[in-house]
Amino acid sequence: MTFVDRYPKSTRIIKAAFAVAFGALAIGGFFGLIQALHRTDVFRGFISSVQYYDVLTGHGVLLALVFTTFFILGLFQWGVSRSFDREPENMTFTWFWYGMTLVGTLMTTVAILGGLIPNSSISAAVLYTFYPPLQAHPLFYIGAALLVVGSWLAGADWFWSYRKWRAEHPEARIPLQAYMTIFTMLMWYICSLGVALEVVVLLIPWSMGWVTKIDPLLPRTLFWYFGHAVVYFWLLPAYFVWYTILPKLSGGRLFSDPLARIVFIFFLLLSTPIGYHHQYADPGISIGYKMWALIATLVILLPSLMTAFTVISSMEHGARQRGGSGYFAWMGALPWDRPAFAGCALAGIMFAAGGFSGMINASLNIDMLIHNTAWIPGHFHLTVGTASALTFMAITYWLLPQLTGRALKFKKLALAQPYLWFIGMTLMSNALHRQGLAGVPRRTAEPQYSGFSYDPPFGTMAEMDWQVAIGGTILFIALLAFLAVIGASWSKSETTEAAIDDTIPPPLSGPEHSPKILDNIGLWTAVAVVLVIIAYTVPLYEMVADGLFSPGAFPSPM
Amino acid sequence: MHIHKFEKIWIGASLGLIAAFIGIVLFGFTVLEMKVPGLENEKTIDPTNLAATPFADPGIRKVGPNHYEVYMVARQFLFMPGTGIPLTLPADTRITFRVTSPDVLHGLEVVGTNLNATVIPGQITTFTTIFPEPKSYGLICHEYCGPAHHTMAGMINIVPKSEFDESTLVSP
Ligand code: HEM
Ligand SMILES: [Cu+2]
Ligand SMILES: [Cu+2]
Repeated sequence: MTFVDRYPKSTRIIKAAFAVAFGALAIGGFFGLIQALHRTDVFRGFISSVQYYDVLTGHGVLLALVFTTFFILGLFQWGVSRSFDREPENMTFTWFWYGMTLVGTLMTTVAILGGLIPNSSISAAVLYTFYPPLQAHPLFYIGAALLVVGSWLAGADWFWSYRKWRAEHPEARIPLQAYMTIFTMLMWYICSLGVALEVVVLLIPWSMGWVTKIDPLLPRTLFWYFGHAVVYFWLLPAYFVWYTILPKLSGGRLFSDPLARIVFIFFLLLSTPIGYHHQYADPGISIGYKMWALIATLVILLPSLMTAFTVISSMEHGARQRGGSGYFAWMGALPWDRPAFAGCALAGIMFAAGGFSGMINASLNIDMLIHNTAWIPGHFHLTVGTASALTFMAITYWLLPQLTGRALKFKKLALAQPYLWFIGMTLMSNALHRQGLAGVPRRTAEPQYSGFSYDPPFGTMAEMDWQVAIGGTILFIALLAFLAVIGASWSKSETTEAAIDDTIPPPLSGPEHSPKILDNIGLWTAVAVVLVIIAYTVPLYEMVADGLFSPGAFPSPM
Repeated sequence: MHIHKFEKIWIGASLGLIAAFIGIVLFGFTVLEMKVPGLENEKTIDPTNLAATPFADPGIRKVGPNHYEVYMVARQFLFMPGTGIPLTLPADTRITFRVTSPDVLHGLEVVGTNLNATVIPGQITTFTTIFPEPKSYGLICHEYCGPAHHTMAGMINIVPKSEFDESTLVSP
């Protein structure tokens, strides 16, 4: 009996969500390859430099928003059904939220791809941050709004399951996977309210021409109120995997369930009130609020550092169960030859590097050296592009057999894939970081200028360009390997091989060792809301005081 | 609730690291005067009517014996002054930049330095710096601003104080 036999209805929705996620990954990844070649002037034959920005918008939206969101919908649906031992309460409602997110995604994608078609009236080269007064076609904004609202309804579906389960188990502790889902979704509700307000109240009326002018700073601030927390919406599902599944894949058990809960509370409280740290270089926001963001941002390192401890010690425990010993030699006893484990572990290692470059980004005035340079994509390809994306791909090797009831195919290719990703990302990301230090801007089709040149602290520009191009190519090959494995394993064909061992052993230290207050959803939500109010009321008031659409700039079509 | 001894040590070390980072940044901010742009006393301005503001005449103004102000407009797809003719400034002198945009967001990065800011229509980006030595710097727009974004660049030439030509100043 595996997942599909127990929860056939839930399985269908999960597979439908994964299908969209991997479709977005395929297209977005191809765009990434184009960018890596085009930017470095290795090959500019695919697109013109003007189309670069359509491609870049597609890459950002399809990977950072669509791939992640749909994968997370599937993963959490799995976690909720499994932990509460229930199918969704009402499949019509479940398919309704799925349909809404899908329609939103399609509208947004059409708007972006329209820009690649000559003379089309539809385009949206506004990048995934869509800063007005650059204006996209209304389809882009309406689609984005539907995507977000659809994900809200998905969360409502899981809260519904929670209510039903709670009624039947009034005294029980919330199972850890469901707990993580609930806390991640609470954070998501609080933060995505910002982008929903931005899009629905400001951008849609303006893109429809109902109002003519827009204040450029206010929507930007609402965007980053959401935009920082969204990185935790990408990351927490990876933590979900690292805390609850990775220990088992390493051969052991989770170290401590209570500390995992505390970590998720930290994220709920601290991820939303710190959005200004994306606006350190902005005028119009007082330095005091930037300071607050700086301190809160650095404090939020704590739960990530705690996660590093728990994940590594759980892996160590697993390795020792498998016969490993010594201070460091135990690492050799880990199942590096299993793709699901190898992918998650490599993603974790890369995340540590990304954490360090993130500490630099967070540090207000040091950030000025690398703000908006190639350092930034260097950084987040380690975090969302590897910690999340590689974990999602790797755990699919473990989830898919539970969803099909059949074993994974092309196992060797599946094993090579995370290592390829790791090598490709090491090349691309280290070179992007170093280019950023030399001042090479991000989001620029041709960062080679006449009149002046960059002066890299070490190495040469040519060498870094080649690393970006070669790294990007290896990444794309890794992506093709993933798609081949998943494609082959998905399709129906008989295998009698036993599917997979999908049991998860209980943690070494279980929830019964922690105070019940950790499960008090209402209390923690209230604290989170208060922190947001403290952080955002005054600056937003200052921006709105002179009028919602003032000082107004006219729309600028791309 | 039980927390493992090693985990307690780890949490303590993490808090120490965080405190050290905060300390370093505050040190840079106060002692080294590494400031970032912020909210200025000026209210916002109307980006659709820069003619009514000091940005109608972009350029360099003298505001003190050893202090100049640069009023700069960043627009699709040039810096004014900066693109075309380089912006020439004296070394070892306080320079205050005031930058705004009449159209969309732009970036302003002086290559190889920590002079790095966002330019937002309706807002004035202000920062003050000193270029210690004569040198040429590239000036790049690093915020996507439209189809020719990658062409938006300029130059800053820092010349010895004695060679700075005061006749290029804009009269206030
Ligand atoms: C085949 C693998 C990939 C390659 C070759 C690649 C390459 C690149 C490059 C070169 C850039 C910089 C473009 C520029 O600033 O001009 C970029 C930007 C970006 N990438 Fe990737 N990438 C890949 C995978 C991913 C993944 C898996 C994610 C997220 C899940 C991701 C998210 C992003 C985002 C959000 C941006 C920034 C877009 C923006 O600035 O608007 N990438 N990518
Ligand atoms: Cu520009
Ligand atoms: Cu630009």
